[in-house]
Amino acid sequence: MAKNKEEKKEASVPLEILKVDDVAYSTRLTKKFREREMYKPKDPKKIVAFIPGTIAEIYVKKGSKVSYNDKMLGLEAMKMINEVLAPFDAVVKKIYVKKGDIVAKNQLLLELE
Amino acid sequence: MGLKEKTSDLKVRMRNALKGGGDKAIEKQKAVGKLTARERILALLDPKSFHEYDLFVEHAAKDFDMDKKYLPGDGVLTGTGTLSGHPVCIYAQDFTVAGGSLGWMHAKKITKIMDHALKLKVPLIGINDSGGARIQEGVNSLAGYGEIFFRNTLASGVIPQISVILGPCAGGAVYSPALTDFVFVVDKISKMFITGPEVIKSVLGEEISMEALGGARVHCETTGNAHFYAESEEQCFSQIKKLASFIPWNNTRKAERFPKKSPKTRQYKIDNIISEDPKEPYDVRDIIKSLTDDSDFLEIMEMFAQNLVIGFGRMNGETVGFVANQPLVLAGVLDVDSSDKAARFIRYCDAFNIPLITLVDLPGYLPGVDQEHAGVIRHGAKVLYAYSEATVPKITLIMRKAYGGGYIAMCSHHLRADFVFAWPTAEIAVMGPEGAANIIFRKEIAHAKDPDKVRQEKVEEYKEKFANPYVAAAYGYIDAVIEPNETRKILIHALEISAEKDVRMPTKKHGIPPF
Repeated sequence: MAKNKEEKKEASVPLEILKVDDVAYSTRLTKKFREREMYKPKDPKKIVAFIPGTIAEIYVKKGSKVSYNDKMLGLEAMKMINEVLAPFDAVVKKIYVKKGDIVAKNQLLLELE
Repeated sequence: MGLKEKTSDLKVRMRNALKGGGDKAIEKQKAVGKLTARERILALLDPKSFHEYDLFVEHAAKDFDMDKKYLPGDGVLTGTGTLSGHPVCIYAQDFTVAGGSLGWMHAKKITKIMDHALKLKVPLIGINDSGGARIQEGVNSLAGYGEIFFRNTLASGVIPQISVILGPCAGGAVYSPALTDFVFVVDKISKMFITGPEVIKSVLGEEISMEALGGARVHCETTGNAHFYAESEEQCFSQIKKLASFIPWNNTRKAERFPKKSPKTRQYKIDNIISEDPKEPYDVRDIIKSLTDDSDFLEIMEMFAQNLVIGFGRMNGETVGFVANQPLVLAGVLDVDSSDKAARFIRYCDAFNIPLITLVDLPGYLPGVDQEHAGVIRHGAKVLYAYSEATVPKITLIMRKAYGGGYIAMCSHHLRADFVFAWPTAEIAVMGPEGAANIIFRKEIAHAKDPDKVRQEKVEEYKEKFANPYVAAAYGYIDAVIEPNETRKILIHALEISAEKDVRMPTKKHGIPPF
C-alpha cells in the first residue's frame, strides 16, 4: 500500500525543461538540482567566513590601514583560532561583526577598500 | 554435580545472559518502536536456524568501577544461521546492554564472527544499534573499531557484507557500514552521523535535529550512504531477504539460478513505454521490467541520483545487474552523484560474477559550475574505470540518445562491452542535433537572411544524416541494430553465449581508481 501511495505521489511530479547542448528535454528536476548553489564571482574586497565559528578577536577598526597578510580577525572554529588575514594592502571600510558573534560559513565579516 | 545438575546450571546461566539489559531496558527499546537484538535476528533468519556463540563473553574493563558491572554478552549477539536456506554469519548490537556501546570484548565478538565469515566464505550481516564507543574503555574501544574496519576491507569483494542500521550509529561506528556493500535503514529508527547535533551546535552554532542531520531519508536521498529505505524493521528484513536471493554467497560462486519466467508483457510493453522523440521522457524502470523475469526488479538506491537507475533482475533465471539512464529525471544525464552510484554498483557486480546490462539514453553530462567544481571530471572517470576494469559479461543496449562522453562512458565497445545493441531509434553522436548544427553551420546560420529558418533546416539535415544508429554501426561500434520487441530474446542469447567469458587483466597489485 505504502508503495502505491509513493508511486501516485511520484506520478504527480510535473515535467519541466532541462537544456543540454541547446536541446530542451522534458523531464523532472530533482531537489538537489533545484537547490544547487548558483555561482557568484567572488568580490576580493568582501571578507567572508571560510568556516562557521565564533569571532574571538577583532584586531582592526573602521578606517584602519592594513597591509598584505596583516591580522584582521580571529575566528574560532574547531577549537582553533584561525587568523583572518588581509589579502592585499587596503583600508577597512566596514566591520559587520563584533566579538563573540557566531557566524555561518560564507557570512560577510568585513569589507575593504 | 552430575550431568543433570550441570545441565540445569548451564540453563540458569543461559537464562541470565539471555535477559540482555533486563526488562526495564527492553521496555524502553520497545517504546521507541524497536525490536530487541535477539528478536531482530530471529525475525530475519530462517526459523530455528540461529546458533549463538560467545554468549558468556564478559567485558574486560577495569576503570571507572566497570569491574563491578555485569554486561550480558557484552552488548552484542553473534552467531550463524541461514537466510532463505543460505548460510550467513550475523551479529546484532544489543542497545539494552549499556546502550550497545562498543568495548574491547564487544568488538572481539564481532571480529571473531567476521573472521568466521571470511574463512567460511559466507555473507556477513551486521545489525547496528549502538551509542558508540564505550568511553570507560578508552583507546581499547577505538582499537575495536579499527579491527572491524580492517576486516570489512579484507572481506570486501570476497563475501557480501550487509549493514542494517536499526538505531544510532554515530562517530567512528559509521565507517563499518560505509565499508560494506549494502546499507539498510529504517525511517525514524536509523541515525547515522560523524558528529551529532549537540557538537555541531556548540562548535559551529548550527541547529539541526538528529533526523534532519542523519535520519534514514537523508542517507537515502542526499548523502547516498544508504541503499535501501524501509518504513519498518519488518519491511527492512523482507528487503534483505529479497536482496540475498539475487547475490551469490561469495566471489567464487554465481548467484542462485531461479526457474525461468516471462515478463508481464501486457503491463510492460516497450512500444507503449517509449516515445521516439528523444526529448520526451519515460520511466526506464518500465523498460527494465519489460525485460526481466516476472517483471521483477529490485532497485538499489531508489532515492539517490534518480537520473540513473541501478538494481538486480533475472533473465531466464539468472541474476543480472542493470545500469540504466533515467530520462524521466534530469533527462538521464550523468553527474557527480549518478557517476558515483553507477561506478560502485558496476564494481559490486564485477566482484560477484553478476553480468551487467547497460541501458543507454542520455544527453551527456550535466552542465553547470556546481558540477564542475564538485569534481564531475574525477567522479565521471569512476564510471570509465569501473566499466573498463569489469570482466563479467557486459551487454549494452542503446535505446535512444547516446551523446558525447556519455556514449563512451555507458559501456561502449571501446570500454570492452561484449555486445552493443541499438534500437532503430538510437542516435549516436557527439551531441544533440540542435547543438551540433549550431556549431558546424555557425557561419551559414549567422549570414543567412532568416537565421532561424536556416538553423532549422540544418538541424533537420544533421538529424537525417547522423541521428541514427547506422553511422556507428558502419564502423562496427554497434554489433546489431535490433527491433525493440526482440530485445529480451537477444539479450538472453548474449548472456548465454557469454556464460564462460574469461578475460584476464594485466597482472598488478591493484589499480588506482579515481576515488
